[in-house]
Amino acid sequence: MSRRAAVAITLAALSALVLAGCAQDPLPSAAAPATPATSALRGSITVDAAASLNTVFPALAATFQKEHPGTTITFDFGGSSALAAAIVAGAPVDVFAAASTTTMRTVSDASLVAAKPVIVARNELEIAVPPGNPGRITGLRDFADAAKTIVVCDKAVPCGAAATTVFAAAGITPKPDSYEPDVTSVLTKVEANEADAGLVYSTDVRNAGAKVVGIRFPGAARAVTAYPIAAIAGSRNAALAEAWVAFVQAHESDLQAAGFLAP
Amino acid sequence: MLVPAAIAFVLLVGPLVALLVRAPWARLGALLGGDTVLPALGLSLGTAAASTGCCVVLGVPLAVVLSGSDGWPAPVRRVARALVTTPLVLPPVVGGVALLLLLGRVGLLGGPVFRATGFQLPYTTASVVVAQTFVSLPFLVLGVEGALRGVDRRFAIAATTLGAGPWTRFVRVTLPLAAPGVAAGAVLSFARAIGEFGATVTFAGSLPKVTQTLPIAAYLALNTDPDAAIAIAVVLMVVALVVLVSLRDRWLQGIGR
Repeated sequence: MSRRAAVAITLAALSALVLAGCAQDPLPSAAAPATPATSALRGSITVDAAASLNTVFPALAATFQKEHPGTTITFDFGGSSALAAAIVAGAPVDVFAAASTTTMRTVSDASLVAAKPVIVARNELEIAVPPGNPGRITGLRDFADAAKTIVVCDKAVPCGAAATTVFAAAGITPKPDSYEPDVTSVLTKVEANEADAGLVYSTDVRNAGAKVVGIRFPGAARAVTAYPIAAIAGSRNAALAEAWVAFVQAHESDLQAAGFLAP
Repeated sequence: MLVPAAIAFVLLVGPLVALLVRAPWARLGALLGGDTVLPALGLSLGTAAASTGCCVVLGVPLAVVLSGSDGWPAPVRRVARALVTTPLVLPPVVGGVALLLLLGRVGLLGGPVFRATGFQLPYTTASVVVAQTFVSLPFLVLGVEGALRGVDRRFAIAATTLGAGPWTRFVRVTLPLAAPGVAAGAVLSFARAIGEFGATVTFAGSLPKVTQTLPIAAYLALNTDPDAAIAIAVVLMVVALVVLVSLRDRWLQGIGR
């Protein structure tokens, strides 16, 4: 008896939920014709983006999805070069945002961009050390000290290419203990206090908060990296992909608020 | 029976065939000739062999203890076996972070050692072996434990009646009977170790000739020259096949009894 009652109550509750769902759905669209031009946006896209964008992009996407209910933006953050290789190999991606123009070129050279990539931000390198600076790092010159535990990006990825440029410009031969496959790995090792210093982007230092301390160095401006973004050709939701690219372009100031340099 | 078997075979072999078809055979020599691949290959073979040795030396005793755990309380036994297999389900990168938290210079064990001696395990070739052993050990322990449980206990009992002590009984009777299991476990451990990437790059880093194994070199090559990455993958595949086939022939004779 009590079991039957429980079933009945559950069913009633479920149907109430379903009804509420049905009733709720048409209300906002009827009441909010504020953005008629883009109200047709629906569905979801996958955005492959450089690891250094992994804080600012989700925040932008939250705003975007609020402005366009019914859309979902899914991110895949990683080393730009690895993401580019996956796109060239046929990964189903709708938008690509890279941490260097060279990396974007591997995708555009394969005729995989729907429109010319636009640069939405720039970034420069900064030294990251663990709180308390256990290795007593003072500047770029410490990267040539074999006694210190140093991690940098491998030259195969944009942050490593930028590092190579600043070392060459400063006339320093670095003696790192590891060439990491992406900037996140460098930051992880510094955050874990398993390295005395690493070379990461300024925005990474900022996003890491109290977990690392940044040391700026003269010459960082010699290796400023650009962040191009482009919709990928053959997207199953080209309208949404283009809308997201335009949205990011319109919100360059948000990127700058997150520590990026103006494009 | 044949249809799922065929699907399984295609699933296993198909990607390898695709790799071979796409491999830049004409440029293979040039792609592999640089100063990256050969040192990485040597490092991979050396560290995988060392970690397989560690797996056998440490894993066989652990398997022996576990296989004799029938007398333990059931919850203890279950938890112990689950813990031993955890590295199998842990994403390798997470395993690498866990190793750092234990053995890094501020880790639970590594911290006191670093403060006392200044010794830092990460970024050394030894740390590559530790990472590989961590991920491959479960394969050996599970394989050997299964083999030990499969051994007919009457042989050991007969040995006892003939006056053999527990050690003699284990070394002269049980272990030889379980040898094919040990060999199979070692082969699996080697295979897992030579393909290891995530735990190694997180715990040991990636420095050419020191910690940059072949899978890490392949991943980095993928960033700039996908053809070079495929070429490295072919090398890795050929090496793994040669090692596995030769070991199987030598060690696993009679496993089909």
